[in-house]
Amino acid sequence: MADWRGERKARDARIEAGRAHAQGKVVPAGEATALLDAVLKPGDRVCLEGDNQKQADCLARALSQCDPARVHGLHMVQSGIVLPEHLDVFETGIAERLDYSYSGPQGARVAKMLYGGQIKLGAVHTYLELFARYFIDLTPHVALIAGVSADREGNLYTGPNTEDTPTIVEATHFKNGVVIAQVNEIVDKVPRVDIPGDRIDFVVEADTPFFVEPLFTRDPAAMTETQILIAMMAIKGIYAEYGVRRLNHGIGFGTAAIELLLPTYGEKLGLKGEIATHFALNPHPTLIPAIESGWVRQVHCFGSEVGMDRYIRERPDVFFTGADGSLRSNRALCQTAGLYACDMFIGATLQIDLMGHSSTVTQSRVAGFGGAPNMGSDPHGRRHPSDPWMKAGREGQVVGDPALMRGRKLVVQMVETFGEKLVPTFVERLDALELAKKIGLELAPVMIYADDVTHIVTEEGIANLLLCRDADDREQAIRGVAGYTEVGRGRDRAKVEELRARGIIRRPEDLGIEPLDADRSLLAARSIKDLVHWSGGLYEPPARFRNW
Amino acid sequence: MESLTFRHTTKTPLAGSKPQAITGVVASGNLEILLERVLPPDTCEVAIETPVSGYGQVWEAVVADFVARAQPGGLRISINDGGARPDTVSLRLLQGARLMEA
Amino acid sequence: MAGPDRDRLSWYEASARQRLDALLDPGSFTEALGPAERRMSPHLPLFDLPRAFDDGIVVGAGVLDGKAVFVAAQEGRFMGGAFGEVHGAKLVGLLRAAVAAKPAAVLLLLDTGGVRLQEANAGETAIAEAMRAIVEARAAGVPVVGLIGGRAGCFGGGGLIAGTCSRLAVSEGGRISVSGPEVIETNKGAEEFDSRDRALVWRTMGGKHRRLIGGADAFCADTVAAFREAALRLIADAPAFDLDTLVAEQDRLQARLDRFGDCRDATDIWARLGVNDPDAVPAMDTPAFEETVAHLREATHDAR
Repeated sequence: MADWRGERKARDARIEAGRAHAQGKVVPAGEATALLDAVLKPGDRVCLEGDNQKQADCLARALSQCDPARVHGLHMVQSGIVLPEHLDVFETGIAERLDYSYSGPQGARVAKMLYGGQIKLGAVHTYLELFARYFIDLTPHVALIAGVSADREGNLYTGPNTEDTPTIVEATHFKNGVVIAQVNEIVDKVPRVDIPGDRIDFVVEADTPFFVEPLFTRDPAAMTETQILIAMMAIKGIYAEYGVRRLNHGIGFGTAAIELLLPTYGEKLGLKGEIATHFALNPHPTLIPAIESGWVRQVHCFGSEVGMDRYIRERPDVFFTGADGSLRSNRALCQTAGLYACDMFIGATLQIDLMGHSSTVTQSRVAGFGGAPNMGSDPHGRRHPSDPWMKAGREGQVVGDPALMRGRKLVVQMVETFGEKLVPTFVERLDALELAKKIGLELAPVMIYADDVTHIVTEEGIANLLLCRDADDREQAIRGVAGYTEVGRGRDRAKVEELRARGIIRRPEDLGIEPLDADRSLLAARSIKDLVHWSGGLYEPPARFRNW
Repeated sequence: MESLTFRHTTKTPLAGSKPQAITGVVASGNLEILLERVLPPDTCEVAIETPVSGYGQVWEAVVADFVARAQPGGLRISINDGGARPDTVSLRLLQGARLMEA
Repeated sequence: MAGPDRDRLSWYEASARQRLDALLDPGSFTEALGPAERRMSPHLPLFDLPRAFDDGIVVGAGVLDGKAVFVAAQEGRFMGGAFGEVHGAKLVGLLRAAVAAKPAAVLLLLDTGGVRLQEANAGETAIAEAMRAIVEARAAGVPVVGLIGGRAGCFGGGGLIAGTCSRLAVSEGGRISVSGPEVIETNKGAEEFDSRDRALVWRTMGGKHRRLIGGADAFCADTVAAFREAALRLIADAPAFDLDTLVAEQDRLQARLDRFGDCRDATDIWARLGVNDPDAVPAMDTPAFEETVAHLREATHDAR
């Protein structure tokens, strides 16, 4: 007779084994490795929480110190490969297989270990895609998560950086898995219950507060005239042109420049209330002036940002906050919002090819995707109309019955034609293809596929790919904004002028923008200190961004 | 260091009568441009000192586009480059021409 | 540029030439050894490094609110504003010329990390010569006023030159010290001084601290207008350069050491100076900070 409760019994046995190291649910930091040795079994699927922001770092260290004779061959299913320990476990054999999403700082080591065969890779996902697989075929046996505080019952307060936690716990706890949370402190009563205690099996009192990377802080002092020029073109040629109100911004200086131009240049163009009112976005410090000037109605966040907590607390009309007053972020829901409820994604990339495929992979680094491919894709399941979505749809419609036309999400790549050290952004062939071949990836790590991209903006102009009608239009539209890169210099000048006449390429002068007006004095804030002033002293920047 | 010199013939002299201007700073990713009105009115010469070698064709293209656009006849333009990107060079050249027209 | 834009120009962001252009009366500046003369470093090409037409310093004469002044402005973004042979010689020449010409003041717009490594001997010599030339100018009755608020701060030999000036004006972003943060960390360890802790760096070397302990005589908002106003005020009340002043300065420095020598952090010093809430100082805006300074005795003195 079939046993329908095998998994349940196995979970109970794991929890029982772990109890030896706990007082109730509470485990001291020094016992964390012993707890993991007791709970984990060889070959387990383990989700170690960590993404581009917060990290369950205490539990990552504990896992890396497990006995490989007892704990080995783990299949790690996790958002981020960010800490050295995330890869150390593959060197010692504790872990063997990997499915993940993002690996910013460890990108080079990931590539090396993939090449060396130390990691058996399933796939590099987008965040939302990996979360989805937690519920289908990558459900964790054990989840190691991070929170701010917990009570002795295990009720968990995740604080402003809730991020991935609810999703991980949902998949693990409700499918017979064990959930272990590290917290900065054990308290009698948590400020708010983000995860009910009956879903948390063990609480480890961490030796240090969990690490959060200030990944979304861009210092206005470092913004260049070129970035300002590109931002001006984007505002006038895309935001205003399509009337984009609901959107997601990438993480780069270009979009930060747009945020700082809204209250100045945008105001001058009379666009307040007409564009950029609703965001799926982390609480970017550079958004403060636009919020304070009344541009931004609402922001839903993937996570928080270091130093922004006090400011957010005082602006509950704009942000999602709990009864305790602090931010409630949620990566899975914000990614969904970015996919379905935003009319535009605008962000940067490292390489774009002649068709418009883009990638952040270089020959030696696998940086992963995070959320960009999800934000930067046209959701075919969308069914609600909006003006920008319908306009983009009309522009892209070539054949067929107009009554059956659907809209298009605007997916905008905003790049400078040359990157750091004069490396060209525009290339004939993406490095991602070379890397995929070298390390044996079945699917080349393309960030955004060409058929999702609608516009490319550079300092030379805007290429509207929706209006291109054949492959030659498209290639010359891209060459036509590729500046002095080899790709740009290889343009057919007559064809590019024809595209300009058709409005497919628009130069600054076509938009009524004088490049010499692109000046730093246009920025609503020119330093981090200015942002602090805009916030009325509520923004508390990390020490590394200060010069006072 | 690599030295490059480009000489162009222009259709017109650059407007204005300012004899000399300087713009920009020699810093990483930036450059300084010294403009002097010392040549015959249909001639423009651009001399570049750059620590990044192998970009001669890019410089040539940037300078040719600038000359076509600004018609900087009469100017000798001297550049100390700190590894600036072509778009920055282009912007500084236009800024320089505007200063000379003032 | 003229009018309000000129006044609001950020000192921190502006180039050396932009600072001078906006500081002096419009059209009054005459440059000596300007860029067209191409007096560039003979040393940098040996290191395959780019040169600047003015070697990173602009010197000359101009008019400040009707007063004839000599000025020197360092470009902090070219090699960190560091002193090389030509750079140093231009400054020394200007100061020596001031002894004969007797302008109302010499303004030094300092923005420097110290001596250029590639021409260190010449740079060190220039620092010593500049200090002597400042002393001679002051002895001849020409006040020398330092204005500090650039990206590079005022470090190394620049810090020594600042110490020789009649008066100093500094903004919040400006830093004055001899050894820079990285140098201290390298020699004494990150436990002693963590150069990446920028709040610590500014607490220890930044404009507010220098003003509070009397190392600088005026504190400016980060605008050209504020520096112009401060320069005029400091020229007007420059102290006599005589034995009494020097003895008073020596006494003051000795007293400072006695009073604060055991402090572990700038906030300890501020507390001892009588600042009510030392932790609030870094976040204060200019008027609030001026208000705080006004209540302290140490911040104002004649000796330098």
